[in-house]
Amino acid sequence: MSPFTILPVLLPLIGGILMLMARPAGIQTQRILNLILTALLTGVGLVSLQLANSDIYQVVLLGNWQAPFGIVMVLDRLSALMLVLTALLALGALWYAIRTDTDKQGQHFHVLFQLQLFGLNGAFMTGDVFNLFVFFEVLLLASYGLLLHGGGRLRTRAGLHYVVINLIGSTLFLFAVGTLYGILGTLNIADMAMAVRNVSAADQGIVATAAVLLLVVFGIKAAMFPLYLWLPGAYAYTSAPVAALFAIMTKVGLYAIIRVHGTIFSEEAGDLAFVHVEWVLLLGLVTLALAAFGVLAARALRRQVAYLILASVATLMIAIGINNEAALSATLYYLIHSTMLGAAMFLIADVIMKGRGIYADSFTKAIPIDRPIIVGSVFMVLGIALTGMPPLSGFFGKVMILDAALNHPWFAAILAVVLIAGLVMIISVARSGSLLFYSVQKEEDQTPAPLNKSAFVAVIMLMLVSPLMVAFAKPLTELTSQIAGQLYNEQVYIDAVLSTVAHGDNSK
Amino acid sequence: MEWLIASVISVMTGCGVYLTLRARTFPVVLGLTLLAYAVNVFLFSMGRLQIGIPAVIDPAAADYTDPLPQALVLTAIVIAFGMTAFLIVLALKARSELGNDHVDGLHRSEDELKATKHATKTETERSPS
Repeated sequence: MSPFTILPVLLPLIGGILMLMARPAGIQTQRILNLILTALLTGVGLVSLQLANSDIYQVVLLGNWQAPFGIVMVLDRLSALMLVLTALLALGALWYAIRTDTDKQGQHFHVLFQLQLFGLNGAFMTGDVFNLFVFFEVLLLASYGLLLHGGGRLRTRAGLHYVVINLIGSTLFLFAVGTLYGILGTLNIADMAMAVRNVSAADQGIVATAAVLLLVVFGIKAAMFPLYLWLPGAYAYTSAPVAALFAIMTKVGLYAIIRVHGTIFSEEAGDLAFVHVEWVLLLGLVTLALAAFGVLAARALRRQVAYLILASVATLMIAIGINNEAALSATLYYLIHSTMLGAAMFLIADVIMKGRGIYADSFTKAIPIDRPIIVGSVFMVLGIALTGMPPLSGFFGKVMILDAALNHPWFAAILAVVLIAGLVMIISVARSGSLLFYSVQKEEDQTPAPLNKSAFVAVIMLMLVSPLMVAFAKPLTELTSQIAGQLYNEQVYIDAVLSTVAHGDNSK
Repeated sequence: MEWLIASVISVMTGCGVYLTLRARTFPVVLGLTLLAYAVNVFLFSMGRLQIGIPAVIDPAAADYTDPLPQALVLTAIVIAFGMTAFLIVLALKARSELGNDHVDGLHRSEDELKATKHATKTETERSPS
């Protein structure tokens, strides 16, 4: 253990407080400070990844209380990967927010931004279920503020729905946590995994109920059918940089399923082994089918992009539901891809929307936008990547997922849904692309807003992730398969957490 | 006593669910508050129901009750309290901005109509769905 391990959580917390104090110094100081902090966080994330990229788990005992009596923070390869992903995404979203003056539309954007990162990083590192609940609340509260940032009626209504559904989710989370504690007598994930092996036959039903209830909670975060209805409204009506940052929010739910369910209800759990897996697969398939219809039916670009995000999350659910090491490795590859590219898609939707003036992002004949060739090309690349067409990263991710599903009893259903959904989505995105860029008519009284070039840099940067992921597919898949190996070998995690000795304790 | 606690939790949860499903924001806020109360009592009872036994170390005590659920409940109460306050402010904001207190908005606000109008520019006669 090194004291460095806790830094990804502490840095944004201190950052949030600093931003609050920097407010009197003006928006410019806040912007520079926030950019420095987020860049620093990216560096910290990369060092964490290097630190975690071994078979040794970095375990921090908070308050020097030994697990399972105290709360632990655990840094392993998966957490480190999520930390790096979050920081890079945040950097892109922040740059776009600054260059388009989105952060000026309301107060405390930068404070909330740092606190959002604090909640996210905490959720990725905690090794305790109740602590996970607390970090969920931190990231949700910051996200409520960010979602409503800038105001407007539609945003307020979408925000109200988002807040209410997440409050219900929090209540269900507490019910699930309480039930699990009542039976297992512990809330440390590693210790719960040990306790679940010795659950008496009479209590197994209760534990299974709590497990599925917990899945419902993570399903709300991850937008799993039938709990996804909040997503299109919330993502479509919030400001673009916030929507881009929220691309990681659905992944928090998936991360929690991988971490909590994957560790506790693993192969070793006896009759309770993989109690969640079939649900995840089935609901993932339904979500993907409905998301494809949503993409097809959308009447405005931002809503369509929200459904594209939903489709990518559903694909990830299917991959988790296939439940083998290769599929999990593919999940992580696709997760990086869908987070970065989804965020880029939200940003370009905003660029197009601003360029079309009063016509905004609705699919209708409008004035031509400024520099249609460059914007259109980027849109096309993003569309190809996000719908999973060759030669970009989405295609490779899907191929790996389907390859891992070859021996699964549901292979035919998985193949059919994934491929047909892909076809439906590429048709819809091609249609919207041709509508937005070719179906144009000049109008006397309307002049297109000039392209905000420096903000557009953020879109390009996020888009470049896709070709880079193809070019460096080998080292990247090596890393993701190492992560998957680590996750399926959960006994090492359990031993690492439970055997970490507190400072100054020589009794062992 | 188990009976009493269990029925208290179930009645509060039932009322909470009913109120949360109502169409206006104020009942929804009340419903969420009731649900939060129910879950607090539920969490508390997960340490098993015991009377007159201390949770913190007391040399005279013969037995202890589980202190962890009490700590969890404290955290849960604080969070639920903060969230309810936030939700009430948001509901008030929604009331003033949307012109009504319906969660789903019975009446469409003007800019929402405008947003859908462009999509149906060619078919303006058809009411937006």
